[in-house]
Amino acid sequence: MHYIPCTDAQEKELLSKIGVSTFEELIEIIPSNLRVKDEIGIGMPLSEFESERVAKSLISKNITASENLCFLGGGAYDHFVPKAVDAIAARSEFYTAYTPYQAEVSQGTLQYLYEFQTMICELSGMDVANASLYDGASAVAEACSLALSSTRYSKIAISKTVNPKYCEVVETYLQNRDVEIIFIDAEDGKTDFSQIENHIEGLAGLVVQSPNYYGVLENWTSAKEKLENSKTLLIAVSDPVSLSIIKSPGDCGADIYAGEGQSLGNYMSYGGPFLGLLAVKSQLVRRMPGRIIGKTVDKEGKEGFVLTLQTREQHIRRENATSNICTNQGLIALRATIYMSIMGKSGLPALAKMCFEKVQYTAEKLSDLKNISFPFGMDFIKEFTIKINNSAKELKLNALKKSIFINTIHGDKTDSLIQICVTEKRTLEEIDILIDFLKTV
Amino acid sequence: MNIPKNLKYSPDHEWIKVDGDSAYIGITDFAQSELGDIVFVEFPEVGDKFSAGDVFGTVEAVKTVADLFAPISGEVIEINDTLENSPEAINTDVYNEGWIIKIKVANAEELGNLLDPQDYKGLLT
Repeated sequence: MHYIPCTDAQEKELLSKIGVSTFEELIEIIPSNLRVKDEIGIGMPLSEFESERVAKSLISKNITASENLCFLGGGAYDHFVPKAVDAIAARSEFYTAYTPYQAEVSQGTLQYLYEFQTMICELSGMDVANASLYDGASAVAEACSLALSSTRYSKIAISKTVNPKYCEVVETYLQNRDVEIIFIDAEDGKTDFSQIENHIEGLAGLVVQSPNYYGVLENWTSAKEKLENSKTLLIAVSDPVSLSIIKSPGDCGADIYAGEGQSLGNYMSYGGPFLGLLAVKSQLVRRMPGRIIGKTVDKEGKEGFVLTLQTREQHIRRENATSNICTNQGLIALRATIYMSIMGKSGLPALAKMCFEKVQYTAEKLSDLKNISFPFGMDFIKEFTIKINNSAKELKLNALKKSIFINTIHGDKTDSLIQICVTEKRTLEEIDILIDFLKTV
Repeated sequence: MNIPKNLKYSPDHEWIKVDGDSAYIGITDFAQSELGDIVFVEFPEVGDKFSAGDVFGTVEAVKTVADLFAPISGEVIEINDTLENSPEAINTDVYNEGWIIKIKVANAEELGNLLDPQDYKGLLT
């Protein structure tokens, strides 16, 4: 972003155009007891050089994935971001018009969002995707709201293998509504689908993530079979990179796909901004939240893009809207669109396979170590969970001292589970450093 | 404006046609012309019960959406599912093909609260 300074002369001109003589006069309408009178404690102004020095010294305190060995997963992934993504996304035609208030004037913005939706549909096997939501967690929560309003039931079931942070967001979203949330137990790291029949009566939606929080592949088709002869919708949650090499949610019979799109050309950025993905089967489109871009022709028959089905949205449907979401993550969706078009139909699966092969290599080497076990089997793509005999929390801190990032499993009462994710960025040498470290457990 | 003489009307611009102890409900010619091209109808489910004044569904036009209010109390016994694929029937034949739901009348006395064609016409002018 450009810094646009204002000279004293310009400030004077601005004030005189407004019709006041001083800045204080401009803000006179704010009661004086609400105005800051004394210094606000951030010190005197610094020169450009001085402020750069302060910023650099603060930045140097960060411990980043680029200077350490990152084996973190669980929703944010250290994939390579081609420089072309940064370069194209930073073009001012995209960057300054990322949120078009007069949408149809910004045909370029609408076109990339239309292409984004198309690619998300192809990955998820769904009929309609929206122009994105805030992040994976809120996408899952919106999917639950969609299931509730479409079935008119008031019960949601979530597998305990779904990312626990997503579960927390769903609970927050629904806490003031008359909705019951049931958590379905897991056995050996996979959802115990036999439990579903006990809860099927009046169940609006079932949320199943694959690969799940433990990295394990779940079977959406089996989940769908348990929902036969009911109105219950299957909500499939998945990482889009993994989706490029597994059977799609749509092909497995899922009604709604929700996911986190950070892994598509976006940096981990300390956790945000991220990218919520949501796609549905066509019969649910009128209850879908968010913006949808459509392709049409103008009166001369020329192709053009428009915001479509806006009657679903809050600005028209008011209190009857199924969601308060009238926005999207334009820039992050743009980056994902550029990334997917650079990777292409063969590149994304090739990348997922690279992760898969590296994960297999890592897991095989670790399975030789006698103090490490695999409690949840070996069906994984990018990440997996191991069990150790010592404290997982301590191991994580010891790893950090060796510049290795690994993480514990959220809510693990046994303090023995460690999550390891291996993206295409990790070299065999780097993986061997991790293995040598884990030999010391 | 077409206001058939054999129907009753609500101030919310619905028409009702009594047929024994049941009744057909739709929106009026005035309502459809104000809304413009109807693109979608959201129905209640057969078996749903409503009191007079309750919202029983919505009609969507291209740029707006309107609630449907039950003119009298009753239970839904049929929905016009041909509107699912051709909602434009509401624009082309609002008082026949464009009916939306059929209800079992809960309390025939409520019919007395509705407007006759003359009064409804008066409401529009």
